[in-house]
Amino acid sequence: MAGYVVRRLLGLIPLLFILSVVVFLIIELPPGDFLTVYVEQLRTSGVLVSEEEVARLVKQYALDQPLYMRYITWIKNIILHGDFGRSFRYNRPVVDLIKERVALSALISLFSIVFVWIVGVSIGIYSAVKQYSVFDYVFTFIGFIGVSVPSFLLALLIIWFAYTKFGVYISGLFSQQYVDAPWSWAKFLDMLKHIWVPVIIIAISGVAGNIRTMRANLLDELRKQYVTVARAKGLSETRLLLKYPIRIAVNPMISTIGWTLPAIFSGESLASIILNLPTIGPLLMQALLAQDMYLAGSLILIMGALTLVGTLISDILLAWVDPRIRYRNAGGE
Amino acid sequence: MSNNVLLEVKNLKTYFFLDEGVVKAVDGVNFKIEKGKTFGVVGESGCGKSITAHSILQILPPRGKIVEGEIILHTENGPVDLAKLNSTSQEIRDIRGKEIAMVFQEPMTALAPVYTIGNQIMEAILLHQKNVTKEQAKKRAIDLLGRVGIPNPEKRVDAYPFELSGGMRQRAMIAMAMSSNPSLLIADEPTTALDVTIQAQILDLIKNLQKEMGMATMLITHNMGVVAEMADDVAVMYLGKIVESAPVDEIFYNPKHPYTVALLKSIPKVGKKVKGRLESIEGMVPDPYNLPTGCRFHTRCPSYMKGICDKEEPPEIEINTGHKVSCFLYGGR
Repeated sequence: MAGYVVRRLLGLIPLLFILSVVVFLIIELPPGDFLTVYVEQLRTSGVLVSEEEVARLVKQYALDQPLYMRYITWIKNIILHGDFGRSFRYNRPVVDLIKERVALSALISLFSIVFVWIVGVSIGIYSAVKQYSVFDYVFTFIGFIGVSVPSFLLALLIIWFAYTKFGVYISGLFSQQYVDAPWSWAKFLDMLKHIWVPVIIIAISGVAGNIRTMRANLLDELRKQYVTVARAKGLSETRLLLKYPIRIAVNPMISTIGWTLPAIFSGESLASIILNLPTIGPLLMQALLAQDMYLAGSLILIMGALTLVGTLISDILLAWVDPRIRYRNAGGE
Repeated sequence: MSNNVLLEVKNLKTYFFLDEGVVKAVDGVNFKIEKGKTFGVVGESGCGKSITAHSILQILPPRGKIVEGEIILHTENGPVDLAKLNSTSQEIRDIRGKEIAMVFQEPMTALAPVYTIGNQIMEAILLHQKNVTKEQAKKRAIDLLGRVGIPNPEKRVDAYPFELSGGMRQRAMIAMAMSSNPSLLIADEPTTALDVTIQAQILDLIKNLQKEMGMATMLITHNMGVVAEMADDVAVMYLGKIVESAPVDEIFYNPKHPYTVALLKSIPKVGKKVKGRLESIEGMVPDPYNLPTGCRFHTRCPSYMKGICDKEEPPEIEINTGHKVSCFLYGGR
């Protein structure tokens, strides 16, 4: 097992290198760069920008250097100094921008992930055990809607509904007076009051997905003979369900836990933009629109790296809980 | 005589209530199993033999229900009607695995893949035997594994099911069934999924354990050879009814019911000259939703009497001591 983990960790190094190159290339792919966008914006707002001015800016942002030089400088600073470069648009270090938002992203994501797992899995179990009961049909119906309605649409609907019916405008994570205030107990409490709306909106499709997956997995397991065997042994229904089919039905879901890692970092983008949440998702979207290359590149690089690490964590977890996988790995060595 | 009876099944009817209609899987079955004896149940797939066994332990699939009849188990504390017990009650759970244990058809899927066989055997021991510590249970599990002929039981107790061959798994299943010294072992096609050489070993094992422990066995099979080898008494089932029951020699040397005769003719015999193809039974098993009227075998019966067999159900007639047959050829009109 230890050897397996070490091998997988070493395997991450070439993958991360390839990832960084691909990320950098993708960011360079669209025609133009940050300056073309910036100069265009200045010109449309009536500011005269001379050719010399543009040339000076190009030099200042080091955009005159060849592609590979910029890549090397960028990646060298990340590895040696943890410096992800500067955002052109905000004119601040990328690291500062991320630091500002990552805590809130993680908080909202963690809340919604816990919600997704606890609610989704338990309803899934109920639906499978009481298949074709009234509540199973109700949950299945809700599940289909939850899976098919995109969260940004749900966000729009809830904002509209809250505004027209109750006159409440749902936006952001804080009341007006706390938006720019430093962190305090009162600000934290205020946030707790607001956070559940985005958490539910973001969680709903995940909950629905987990209901569907858990129900299907568990139904498969419930039909297997070892369940009848356990029943013929004299086990009570609850103990039987928990020890055998549920335990096995959860395994495939564990393999998806890794994907929640990048989600914790970025938060859901579209719904966050609509709900005006100060998380990473909207930051990435703006960076891409403005061709703010170091900011966008760094965010995508971090998310990619987290996906790789998350997948590794999933694989290790799965090997840990499922002897079939553990032993196959051992046998393959 | 009657105090030798362990289990009495009287007019048992188990129906399945499906969307397509009602399937009368077991439709008025009567039999007795004597202490320490082997009772064989033979019939084609789908004739209701497994459902009869599952009815005894009340481990039927969700849509199956015992609609009528009695299943009387004579325990040390007097007779109990298992058909009257709730399928999730403590009373029936105390009987499952302790008084009546079961071995299933598919050793490949009968043991849960994520727990060691030791864990699954110990579970059965700890469930039914009070004041047993985990260490004692493990010792007993190792002892049982040794008794069913698993080599190196101290090591194999920690093996996962997928590390064992089919034959070894079936031995482990038998060890699990033996763990509480049951008075009745139900073996539901215990050798069907195994190689022929392993089949003989497993049957010998069951026979020896039975002698050692003095338990009765209900052996369900479609294999006449297995019946000849193992059973004291035999019941032949066709479409949810017992058509003929008798001591094993009577069945083989003096079969009465046309279905039994046809079944026996369809077995290849060693030493007999082969002339052409094996005999098979004419026609198809009727649709379970639309059972034939009168005698259920009349659609395939070579001795079919028009106007009699398709009008009334033949009553059970005792033509010899212990030899009962339901067929108009032997009276009952």
